[in-house]
Amino acid sequence: MKKYVIIGNSAAAIGAVQGIRSVDTEGMITVISDEPYHTYSRPLISYWLEGKVTDEKIYYREPDFYEKNNVMTMFGTRAVAIGGGYVTLANGGKVQYDKLLVATGSKPFVPPMAGLEDVKDKFTFMTWDSAKAIKEKVTSGTKVLIIGAGLIGLKCAEALYHLEADITVVDLADRILPSILDVRAGQIMQKHIESKGTKFILGTSVEQFSEHSAKLTNGDTVDFDIVVIAVGVRPNTELVSEAGGKVEKGIITDLTQKTTIPDVYAAGDCTVSYDSSSDTQKILALLPNAFMQGEVAGKNMAGEETVYLNAIPMNAIGFYGLHIITAGSYDGQADVTENEEKEQYKKLVFKDGLLKGYILMGDVARAGIYTSMIRERIPLEDVDIELLRTRPQMMMFGKARRDEKLAGKM
Amino acid sequence: MKKVYVNEEWCLACHLCEYYCAAANSGAENMIKAFANGKKPISAIQVEESDSINFAVQCRHCPVPLCVKSCITGALSVKDGVVSCDESRCVGCYTCVLACPYGCIVTSEQSKVIRKCDLCTKNNNGDPVCVKGCPNRAIVFEER
Repeated sequence: MKKYVIIGNSAAAIGAVQGIRSVDTEGMITVISDEPYHTYSRPLISYWLEGKVTDEKIYYREPDFYEKNNVMTMFGTRAVAIGGGYVTLANGGKVQYDKLLVATGSKPFVPPMAGLEDVKDKFTFMTWDSAKAIKEKVTSGTKVLIIGAGLIGLKCAEALYHLEADITVVDLADRILPSILDVRAGQIMQKHIESKGTKFILGTSVEQFSEHSAKLTNGDTVDFDIVVIAVGVRPNTELVSEAGGKVEKGIITDLTQKTTIPDVYAAGDCTVSYDSSSDTQKILALLPNAFMQGEVAGKNMAGEETVYLNAIPMNAIGFYGLHIITAGSYDGQADVTENEEKEQYKKLVFKDGLLKGYILMGDVARAGIYTSMIRERIPLEDVDIELLRTRPQMMMFGKARRDEKLAGKM
Repeated sequence: MKKVYVNEEWCLACHLCEYYCAAANSGAENMIKAFANGKKPISAIQVEESDSINFAVQCRHCPVPLCVKSCITGALSVKDGVVSCDESRCVGCYTCVLACPYGCIVTSEQSKVIRKCDLCTKNNNGDPVCVKGCPNRAIVFEER
């Protein structure tokens, strides 16, 4: 009987459990996690903080998931080293593996900032525990300074807005959400968020913190009760690098998710992925990507050879009620339509006869049709371009695809 | 497994399937109550039209469901081949809308959660109401 060990308990780890069990129903699976919880959905911590999701609904899989899949769990246990067929735990214990998955995710990056040590109530926003810690400090009117106008910082801001906090967001960049939006879409979203009372100070950083205020490089001073630092994340790669595995920006794997260490696989935010839309290697810190990589890793660990292809950046997210869906690469010829009054923005990016990427804000209906065109590299010459631009739908494809997909004729 | 398929050459674009779907899954007793007082329940099947051809599109219940794999909360799952959504766990993030290659996950202004076809397994109508109500047999429920 094979012994599988998984370090981590989020999307990639759960994908791996499901992947292993689709091939091997007998082998022994052990999940090791430093967090003390049943698997929960990390992106839901902002919904939990705002009060929209309860303790009972934050779980990523049903309460009997481990039991049903015959998984042994070691929660609240930190893995400190791997190698030689063993995972070494912080308490000195060892867990033997035949196949190991490192699904350790990432951690918040806190850059050195002058005086930060004088701030008592400072937080990051990555885990349920961090959300719980913030919740204890925030009531109506609490002054919150958020450093970072990216996905994590603004999801935190949205949650705190619902708790009626007084929020200021500071970012070194001169625009918000640069990882997923272009300049114009960022402006529309910024205006939308500002209309709800959240303040932005952009193109600025903190020069000096004191216990309850921050002096900024533009000369402003922001008073606060608490600070949330959300400037970015770093992959947790140490277990693999210290065991001699290849690590660059993240853990390097092949398309079967195998690392350069024998019998050791990696998946999720701790790894580098191949982005097929831009033909580059990058960290794709996205939940769907983590799950699917984990699933591929699990199948390979259990002996079914399979590869993970067609990974692309893609995000579906909303802020203060305004939805965004984005995917792919924005390098190419852009086709932009906008309705400022309705807070709608649409950018399609074309290159080499293919749809390469898109940004949809406001009206996001049927976005997945665009996603499929990017992932499947469907040539533009095979689709009705006018429908593609204005109303994506199955009609824009030829009869052959409709027959296959809708009529079940192969 | 039996699925809903379209015979596009027979679709009249009457949109009756949309009304049957919306009403049957609205929780109301009948069509009249479902649409009473200006209510607009959402259909999980949607008719696409052009000058020459029309057809209805709904969830394909894919053997490899990208929506389920992508769901950030675990609200979407597969049971006996049917992809369905536990609406109490959906937060309306629309990651499934991002993932579905057929545009079959429906969103609306009125609802914070998504709507999708579950082959009428959650109401008491037996076979899918879109199929039973199609006047020209353009939508069928069968093995293919």
